[in-house]
Formats: sequence, C-alpha cells, structure tokens
Amino acid sequence: MHKEAAIREPLILGHKTYNDITNDVVGPIEGPAPMGWKILISITGLISLYGIGCIMYLIGTGIGVWGLNKTVGWAWDITNFVWWVGIGHAGTLISAVLLLFRQKWRMAINRSAEAMTIFAVIMAAMFPGIHMGRIWVGYWVFPLPNQFGSLWVNFNSPLLWDVFAISTYFSVSLVFWYIGLIPDFATIRDRMIKPLPKKIYSILSFGWSGRAKNWTRFEEVSLVLAGIATPLVFSVHSIVSMDFATSVVPGWHTTIFPPYFVSGAVFSGFAMVLTLMLIMRKTMKLEAYVHVKHVEYMNIVIIVTGSIVGVAYLTELFMSWYSGVEYESYAFINRFSGPYAWSYWIMMTCNVISPQLMWFKKLRRSLTFTFVLTIFVNIGMWFERYVIIVTSIHRDYNPSSWGEFHATFIDIGVFVGTIGIFLTLFLLFARFFPVLALNELKTILKSSGESYKSDSEH
Amino acid sequence: MNFVIPGKVKTLSFVLMAIGVIAMVWGFLQGDGEHGEHHQRWWSNMLVNGFYFVAISLGALFFYTLQYAAEVGWSAQFKRIFEAMFSYLPIGLVIVLVLLITGRLGMHHTWHWMDQSLYVEGGENYDKIIAGKGAYFSDAFFWLRTVIYVGLFIWFANWFRKKSLLEDKEGGTELHVKQFKRSAIFLVCFAVFSSTLAWDWLMSIDTHWFSTMYGWYVFSGMWVTCMIFATILTLWLRKRGHLPHINDSHVHDLTKWMFAISMLWAYLWFCQFMLIWYANIPEEVQYYTTRFFDGHGGLSPYLFPLVMMFFINFALPFYILIARDAKRNSNLIVGVGLLIFCAHFVDVYLLVIPGTIHMEQYHGIEFWEWGMFAGFFGLFLLVVMKALSKAPLIPTNHPFLEESEHHEI
Repeated sequence: MHKEAAIREPLILGHKTYNDITNDVVGPIEGPAPMGWKILISITGLISLYGIGCIMYLIGTGIGVWGLNKTVGWAWDITNFVWWVGIGHAGTLISAVLLLFRQKWRMAINRSAEAMTIFAVIMAAMFPGIHMGRIWVGYWVFPLPNQFGSLWVNFNSPLLWDVFAISTYFSVSLVFWYIGLIPDFATIRDRMIKPLPKKIYSILSFGWSGRAKNWTRFEEVSLVLAGIATPLVFSVHSIVSMDFATSVVPGWHTTIFPPYFVSGAVFSGFAMVLTLMLIMRKTMKLEAYVHVKHVEYMNIVIIVTGSIVGVAYLTELFMSWYSGVEYESYAFINRFSGPYAWSYWIMMTCNVISPQLMWFKKLRRSLTFTFVLTIFVNIGMWFERYVIIVTSIHRDYNPSSWGEFHATFIDIGVFVGTIGIFLTLFLLFARFFPVLALNELKTILKSSGESYKSDSEH
Repeated sequence: MNFVIPGKVKTLSFVLMAIGVIAMVWGFLQGDGEHGEHHQRWWSNMLVNGFYFVAISLGALFFYTLQYAAEVGWSAQFKRIFEAMFSYLPIGLVIVLVLLITGRLGMHHTWHWMDQSLYVEGGENYDKIIAGKGAYFSDAFFWLRTVIYVGLFIWFANWFRKKSLLEDKEGGTELHVKQFKRSAIFLVCFAVFSSTLAWDWLMSIDTHWFSTMYGWYVFSGMWVTCMIFATILTLWLRKRGHLPHINDSHVHDLTKWMFAISMLWAYLWFCQFMLIWYANIPEEVQYYTTRFFDGHGGLSPYLFPLVMMFFINFALPFYILIARDAKRNSNLIVGVGLLIFCAHFVDVYLLVIPGTIHMEQYHGIEFWEWGMFAGFFGLFLLVVMKALSKAPLIPTNHPFLEESEHHEI
C-alpha cells in the first residue's frame, strides 16, 4: 500500500467521489456546446482560414513571397518550425518522463498536454512542407528508390535526420495519447444514450472491458511507451539543434546546443500547457483537479528549465570570448548590440529574467501572474529561435554580403494562421474528448484527495 | 545503534592505501621524461584521482540536495549514505587545491596557462590566444573563484549534515522546509560552479581548446559515478542487515538512476564529439585528433582506452541494465557497476593525460596508475565508512520516512 506523507498537499480538492470525477469530465461532452465555445472556435476558425489562404498563396506563387533574401535564406519558416516542435515537447515530458518519475500531479494535465503535443507537432511539420516550394514532390524527403524519379536523399544532412526524428516522435506520441484515451472513451461509451455517439465512442474504445487483465496490459504498455518516448524527447530537439550546430556558422556551431535545445523546448512547452490549462480549468470548471499546487509544480519546472537555458546562454556568451575566435565573438557582440539587439533583449528578458520571479512563492502560486508569465515565455522562446537564426546569418564571414531580413505579411499570416489552426484543433479536442485522464485520476483519489487525506490523519 | 566499520573493510582500505603509496613512490621514481617533464605523469595522475573522487562527493551533495528540492520520498531512508559520501569533500577539495597551488608555483606543468611568460607581449613564449584569455586566468580572478568553490561546497556540506543530525533529535517539519529551501539555493550555485570548475580544472588543460558542452558533460560523469558508489554501498549495507526497510524497489530505483545517467553521459559525450567531428573546424577538432590519430598516419595510443571506456560506459549498462530483473539482481548490479566505475576513471584520465603528456612518451595506462587509483579509492572508502559510523544509518524524523518504507513499484 502506498503511503503519502502528511506534508504533501492534496492533488484533488474537496470531497470528490469516483462518480463526481466521471461527471465532471464527461459532463461537458454530453451537454450541448456552450456559447463561449462556439464564439471561440469561430474566431480561431477564421484565423485558420486566413492562414490557409496565405499558405495557398505562398504555394501558388513561390517562397519568394516571404521576406527571405540571399543572405537570410532561413527566417520565420524555420523559427516557427522550431518553436512549434519545442512546444510539442511538454506533452511527452509530462506523460512519459513524469510517469517514470511517478509524479502523480501529472494526471491532471497529461491528457491535454499530450493533445497539445500532437497538434503542435502537426503545425511544426507543416513548415518544412511549405518551405519546399514544390510541395507536390514532398515525398522526396523519404529515401525512395531512384525509379520514383528522385535521387537518394542525403543521409549526411541533419535535415533528413529531422524527418525521421519528428515522424517517429509523432507516431509514438500519438500512440501514447491514444492508449491513455481508451479506458476514458469506454467510460463515455457506457454513459452515452444516443445510438450514434455511443457507436462512435464504442469504436474508439477498442472494446475495452475494464477487467483486471486489461488494466495490467494498459499499465505495462504505458511504461514501455514511456521508456521509448523519453529518449525520443531528447532525440527530437537534439536533432533539431543539429540542423544548426553541425554547420560552421558562428553562433550556430556550438556543442551545448543539443541539451540546451531540449531544455528550452520543455521550458516553452510547459509555458504553453499552462497558458491553455489556466483557461481550460476555469471554463470547464476543473478547479478541483487542476489547482494552485499543480500550477506551482509547473512553475517550478519553468524556473528550472528557464535557468538551464539561462546558464546555456551565458556559457555560449562566455565561450565566444574565451575561444578567441573573432568570428564567434563578433556573432555574439552583434547579437546584443547589432541591428537585431532588440530581439536579443526581448529573449533575455522573457526567458531568463522574468522566470526568476517565480522564486517568490506568492508569485508562483498566483494564477494571474502565471498566466502573464507564460505568455512572456511563449514570446521569449519564439525570439530565441529568431535570434539564433536570423541574427547569426544576417552577418557572417563576408561583410560584403551582409543583409537584413524584413518579414512580409505572408510571413506573419502563415505564423498567425498556424496559431489559429492549433487553437481550433485544441478546442475540438476540449469539446469531444475527455480532457482529464479520468480513470487515472481515480487511482489517486483515495491517497491524494483532500477529504480522504484529512480523514486518514484523524 | 550506530554502524560499526567491520575490521575487514578497515583492512581493505588500508591495504588499498598501501598499494597507493607504493604506486605513488614507484610512479614518482619513473622520473623525468626526455623533455624535462618534472614527474609530469605523476602530477597528472594526482589530478585525475583528485578530481575523480571529489567529483563523486560533489555528485553526492548534488543528488542529496536534489532529493530535498524535488520533495522525493523514496530515498529518505538512505540519505545518510549520501551524507557519508560528501563528507569526503574537504579532503578532496584540499587535494585539488594543493595541486593548483603547486602548479602555480611551477612544480609541474599540468595547466599550461599557469606559465606567466605566455602573457608577456613580445616575449619568446608569448601566445596570442592564451593571452586573450588573460582576464579569466588572471591570478586574482582565478584564485577568488577557486576559494569560492571550495568554501561554498564545504560550507553547504557541513550545514546539511548538521541540520540532518539535528532533525533526528528535534523532529517537526520546520527543519525540513529549511533544508528544502537551502537545497534550491545550493542547486543554483552548483549549476553555475559545476561548469566553471570543469573549465578551470580540466578544460583549461587543453588551453587553446574550448567546448560549450564541457561543463555539463563533466557533470554527468560526476553524477553516474556517485550513483554507482551509492548503489553498491546500499546493497552492501543491506546485505549486512543495516538497512532493514530497503526492498527491491529501492534497489531498482537506484539502479535506474545508474542506467539513466549512464545514458545521459553517453548522449552528452556523443553530441560533443559528433558536432566537433562533423563541423571539422581545426581549432576544435584537434582535441579529438590527438585522441584518435598519432599524426603520422597511425592511431593514437589514447584511442584504445577511449574506445573501451565508451563501450563500457555506454553499451554495457545499456544492454545489461535495461531489463527490470537486472535492476533487482545485486550481483549483476555490483559487477556492471564496478566496471563502469573503473571506465569512468578512464574517462577522467583521458580528460587530463592527453593534454599533459606528449603522445610519443605514452604507451597505455601503466600499472602504477591503477595502483594510485586503488590508493585514492582506499582513502575515499575509509572516509565514507568513518562518516557512516558517526551517526545512525537511518534518519528518524524525516517527514517522508514512511513513504520511503512503503515504497513499492
């Protein structure tokens, strides 16, 4: 029998029964869609349509409609790609790594974090696609035999490794997420009265019966998938970082990139999870399950990963001087004092300085403050990639080909559009899927529920 | 009832230390190299061992504070083991300090940058690149930060040990909260200083070379060796009946750390190597070329130990420890653990020796070098055992104690 120390704060507030948990999570799915949801999805739907329009125009016209030029041949496209992949990290971290560490608080957030991961990775995968220019030959990224009319792909290129890393990551995350959903779909199936939804949820739940045998297999497969997903969390963003670090561009080639990118990804992913969860817990009335303690734990992860990122920034800055390589030093001097210094200082403020405020217990337990801070982090992490990418290549070894990058409305439209698509997908998820892992939550009710905990002390 | 050091262990550590002393004398008498090396190989080995064992106890202090900061329950029962391991810190840090001071006094040439003539512009030894790093290697700044590391680490270690013993007497949760807070502060200091001390004591041996990853890579090595020593010690104490509430789940979890951090280490080693090899920039890649090739079309004498150590540190734990049953099999854990423990010694050895010994004079790891390792190990073992015997092995008032006793996975 597991014991939980008295000094640990309860994870489920109030006096909840097993039935309450089911009602709280499944209730919103059964009822009609609330007005607020309809309004929100209309707005995000419109933004998505605008983004899709920009993408169509881009594909129809060519990538010249972006602000790229001969010096800065990579800008918002890859920045957005890395930003979205990074955000996608939190889901797997929460579901896999925290599962391995037996962190029970993850159960309140893992479902939506995983959903967010899937959607974020889809958004990320779009960018290399539309960046190809000729998207109709997109299948050339796969190592197909020459009969298909292409040459073999370049296995030496980290961009190709990325294709494999991200597709593996996406598949494993999807399977992981879906397996977790099976028992919860079965719960919904059992409650549905209308025949059509009942049929749909019945197919989705793969004939789950809830027997002990099912649960044993469920737990085993979760652990195995967690074991597979954990190295994937590392591999994906390490390989993304290698897109840059294997080059000889000052500011890109530095050995700390892989672990530092992984940490930065977790940092931005947690920020995005918090942004969404803080809204969702309120609108869907899940305050008893996702409360201040959960937010505090997540804020601690934000301080830790943000500080690791901060140490990495400073290490890079120091080494650029210590190395004595003048190109390397210039790249960094240019970062904080050149034409893009504003973006560097936005990055520093949002990623390194502002998370330090979380050292104050009052602030990290304040929901409003947390919400504002997560927006800061989301912005800061976008600028981190912008700083690394644009600032490093706009001035390199050859001053005669220095240049600057200016975003066009298509650059902005595509990016804003992906945010719209992402939010639309998330809203659909919140409407039709169990947003909390309700069956998993039930396993901790008796040990970490507030009323049960206080009962056992007396 | 406190733990009493068994006579056999005392004898073992004294025998190891005796071997160490003989090896040290023998190694010292190997004398000057052809290029007037001033017993350089001996001094280099002093640093290898000095750093290796200090790293274990620093790793222990890190892991200990991590348990507090992350509010970990399952490890509460054997926190005394980590306390014993970091009790070696003062001795270990003083050894490193002595090596640094003797280096600065010119008694050996482990750190090339300590040669002051490199910084004299126009002098015959003037080295523009090293002179460029002058601000970082200036006496004032270097010694200031060295004193800060040594002082802070010892101060934190003492503080935690004192509060931990006090908690046994006083109980309550107030002390626990204090330790929780102090742990977070320590971790911040450690996050910065673990990198800078790796640059100062190890990376700067190859003075021209640099790698941003280096600090984190050295840190992962500390962490693995600490976990191995702690796991084996726990198994041994349990076998002797000193830790009655340690069950297979605890052993499983400890070995998981051994496994996971071995993978972290391999990941960091590979990333550093791969990025440098791939970009092939001369000022960076020379670090690996000296370890791979002899410069005359042949292989470097460092290559064999390097490949062996990477194989043992990565492939061995990966294939053997990945299974659940393996992580609960004491004999297997001890066997694999000892091999990785030695292979990590070779890892530290290869961080130091290729930068201090001319390749032409190097023909593999010598017996006396292993002897010195044994000697330092004996010393470390004795210090840890002494500290273990000074306090009850199981803390009494830790708030997570009950969680730890009921740990089951």
